[in-house]
Amino acid sequence: MKTATVETNRPPPRSVDLPTLLAGGWVLLMLFTALAAPLMAPYEITSIDLRHRLAPPVGFGGTMLHVLGTDDLGRDVASRLFYSIRTSLLVAFGATAISVLVGTGIGFIAAYFRGLVEHALLLMIDVQASLPFLIVALAMLACFGNSLTLFVALMGLYGWERNARLARGLAITASAQGYASATRQLGAHPLRVYLRHILPNSAATLLVGATVTFPEIVLVESGLSFLGLGVQPPMTSLGVMVAAGREYITRASWMLLAPSLVIVITAVAVSVLGDWLRDKLDPTLK
Amino acid sequence: MSAVFRFAGPKVLRAGLSILIVVTFTFVVLRASGDPALQILGPSARAPDLEAFRRHWGLDQPLYVQYVRYVLAALHCDFGNSMLAGKPALQLVFERVPLTLALMLPALALTMLIGIPVGAYAAMHRDTWVDRSVMMLTVFGFTVPSFVLGLLLILIFSVTLGLFPSGGADRPESFVLPVLTLGLGGAAIIARFTRSAMIEVLSQLYIVAASAKGVTWRQVVRHHAFPNAIIPVLTLFGLMLGGQVAGAVLVESVFGWPGIGQLLVVSVANRDLAVVQVILLLVALTMTSANLLMDLLYGVFDPRLRGTNSGSQ
Amino acid sequence: MTLLRLNNITRRFPLGSPLYGPRKYLVAVDGVSLDVEMGRTTGIVGESGCGKSTTGRIALGLEPPDSGGVLFQGLPLPRIDSKKWRAQRRQMQLVFQDTLAALDRRMTVSALIAEPLAIHGIGDPASRKQRVAELLHGVGLGEGHGMLYPHQLSGGQRQRVVLARALAPKPSLLVCDEPVSALDLSVQAQIVNLLMDLQQELGLGLLFISHDLRVVRHVSDRIVVMYLGRVVEQGRADAIIDQPAHPYTQALVSAMPRLPGGFDHYVALPGEPPSPTDRPCGCPFHPRCPLARDVCRQSLPELLPLGPERQVACHLVRH
Repeated sequence: MKTATVETNRPPPRSVDLPTLLAGGWVLLMLFTALAAPLMAPYEITSIDLRHRLAPPVGFGGTMLHVLGTDDLGRDVASRLFYSIRTSLLVAFGATAISVLVGTGIGFIAAYFRGLVEHALLLMIDVQASLPFLIVALAMLACFGNSLTLFVALMGLYGWERNARLARGLAITASAQGYASATRQLGAHPLRVYLRHILPNSAATLLVGATVTFPEIVLVESGLSFLGLGVQPPMTSLGVMVAAGREYITRASWMLLAPSLVIVITAVAVSVLGDWLRDKLDPTLK
Repeated sequence: MSAVFRFAGPKVLRAGLSILIVVTFTFVVLRASGDPALQILGPSARAPDLEAFRRHWGLDQPLYVQYVRYVLAALHCDFGNSMLAGKPALQLVFERVPLTLALMLPALALTMLIGIPVGAYAAMHRDTWVDRSVMMLTVFGFTVPSFVLGLLLILIFSVTLGLFPSGGADRPESFVLPVLTLGLGGAAIIARFTRSAMIEVLSQLYIVAASAKGVTWRQVVRHHAFPNAIIPVLTLFGLMLGGQVAGAVLVESVFGWPGIGQLLVVSVANRDLAVVQVILLLVALTMTSANLLMDLLYGVFDPRLRGTNSGSQ
Repeated sequence: MTLLRLNNITRRFPLGSPLYGPRKYLVAVDGVSLDVEMGRTTGIVGESGCGKSTTGRIALGLEPPDSGGVLFQGLPLPRIDSKKWRAQRRQMQLVFQDTLAALDRRMTVSALIAEPLAIHGIGDPASRKQRVAELLHGVGLGEGHGMLYPHQLSGGQRQRVVLARALAPKPSLLVCDEPVSALDLSVQAQIVNLLMDLQQELGLGLLFISHDLRVVRHVSDRIVVMYLGRVVEQGRADAIIDQPAHPYTQALVSAMPRLPGGFDHYVALPGEPPSPTDRPCGCPFHPRCPLARDVCRQSLPELLPLGPERQVACHLVRH
């Protein structure tokens, strides 16, 4: 998704075009689903119905009983899909919050101390940026084992280096601007300068950064869950559903297709929306 | 000579430091994750056995001694045995290297072979319907995660059409789908990047000047625009490689490809730490050397950077 | 009584990378000494790049001198960013040129003026509110202005806000760095007069920095003329204006429009001020000096007394 920022020659969109509108609608639908999953789901995600195992969706010979069909244990695919969206988005939401907080903290510390501290932090940022996050995440899962709290914390490490770079840049720019040094010379504690002045002035750009981090975390989470090393049963997430569907790819492709399509459409939608948001909110992020 | 050293020296030093940071990180995570004696001997081990184990492996020493020993062991490529296989972890990993490379190298080639021409073509036909549809396709290319793409390809080409096998590594046809899965995402990124780079170069003044001299458009593109656009594309190589490594883990898992990625997944699931740390360090070493190489090559391609940029990062 | 004393301060900035070869330095301030008396104004005048702003920042303790000392109320300044240093900010405040950048655009005028009170824990919220109202009134703004944001104000109004903010903790020293240069002439006069009224009222010591001798002359009791980081002449304001001794001061004074007669003895200075990175040897002013001799090209003139309270650094002036 980094390359979405490479585009430089496109004129800024004047009004919202159709793809952006569709993308926005889809993302809203996903957010709504995440919030309202318990209300929307017709079945419990664990309720097993062995008489209706691998029932196809409506339109492929299925009945309205299970709109998106059922899985190998007769569990309702639609219900599981809603809850999966909920889990995936919640995990990504918590992780994005952690990533932005950690990144901003480290970026501000680097900007404040300069010198050796800054060089050390920049080196760590470079190291993290050069390593594929999936590998680091797998290594840490191997060492610490898996629980939901740990998993969210681990996902929160995703993209910290990018957020830290962003925050450091913003803090350095802000410090060079008058208001930060003006407040410092009033006798304010550095914490006050950073939290009361630099942070509020950087918040908009940091939020745009978060909109880039969020969908990427959804993808990493579903990847790890697909490998069986992320979200663990009885909870379900999009990756968990894809992994389960893969076993029945020949006999019940809907088990695979339903979560896959959600992942694909969400990823594309967020990318389209992110481009729009970047152009709209913060032309400097390019 | 000293100019070369001035240019390369800090970069090599930085790369070395990066590796040391990863080794340190591994040490910290390993120590933080629990008592190795308990982990290896199991919770039912007797106290004297645990004591003996700790003494034998130097776990009763102060932490910094353990750290120095760990770094020295890493320098000697001594990472201990795999718990699962009972073989040295290093040997286990290197047995799998050729298979993973057999996936990654063709995929990287595919990335370049598709991405660069498509991007260049789109740039030269900028704002036509060809350009727009290519750009739309690339959005799918780099947003769809590789495991989903792989499974969709299996669904289409194996299950529905029956053209290629859905897994295994035994026949030449087995390569087609995994390589395609691994290469397509990267190709989309390269295509977008090449397009931007080409558009930028094409709009620059010297290209305008060259075409004013009565040279044909084709010659301008071949001799001026393309060589200049390709340099920034090559620097993407480091990023691409990282994506390929992460992608390989998922793709190998989708296609049951017995490479390093699958070994990593199995080792993580069984908490076979010796193997996991070898793979982590191997990846770090590969990525750092690739980035270093790209940095140095960039200096060769673009001599302006050698003088001015040597000190800063 | 002396409020602030700069004693032979020097400030240089390293150029280029620290790793390779011998380092070069930009000497911004070179052996500057000056005093600010309580309730009085010392003006620094000079072209851009002469080191006057750096001198102001060192005087405030915002950056340390490389050599020489700063005494505030007879005591050396505490270490920068230490707790003591922060507490001392209450007594020494800065007024700057770029008011739009200096005010956080997300805060209202009232919040901005109240901030120094909150930082130094002066008063409770109710009394702070009252003090803000007093201050707004004191700088000629209404209470309605307190609800506005900086970008909703004119340049002159913003300068008043900056002034109110600086005065809020009741400082004894105010350093004004080009406080009116960005303003229209008519507004300049208002702000300068306000500043002088407030000084009378509060007994502030002022260090007033400007490139504009006209303004400096209007506010200052003493004037310090700087050229390329060095003091070339200093003395009482009227003496400097009436009988400038240094050729550079003469040029500045002659360029100053006066009501009767206009530019009668205008001495035009050839060329730009040389860059502080490669200062000429000898007297730094000699390449532009209409009277330069051989001695000016070879040796640096010292700052020597010329009558009471007056010092000049020029080979051609008989001390």
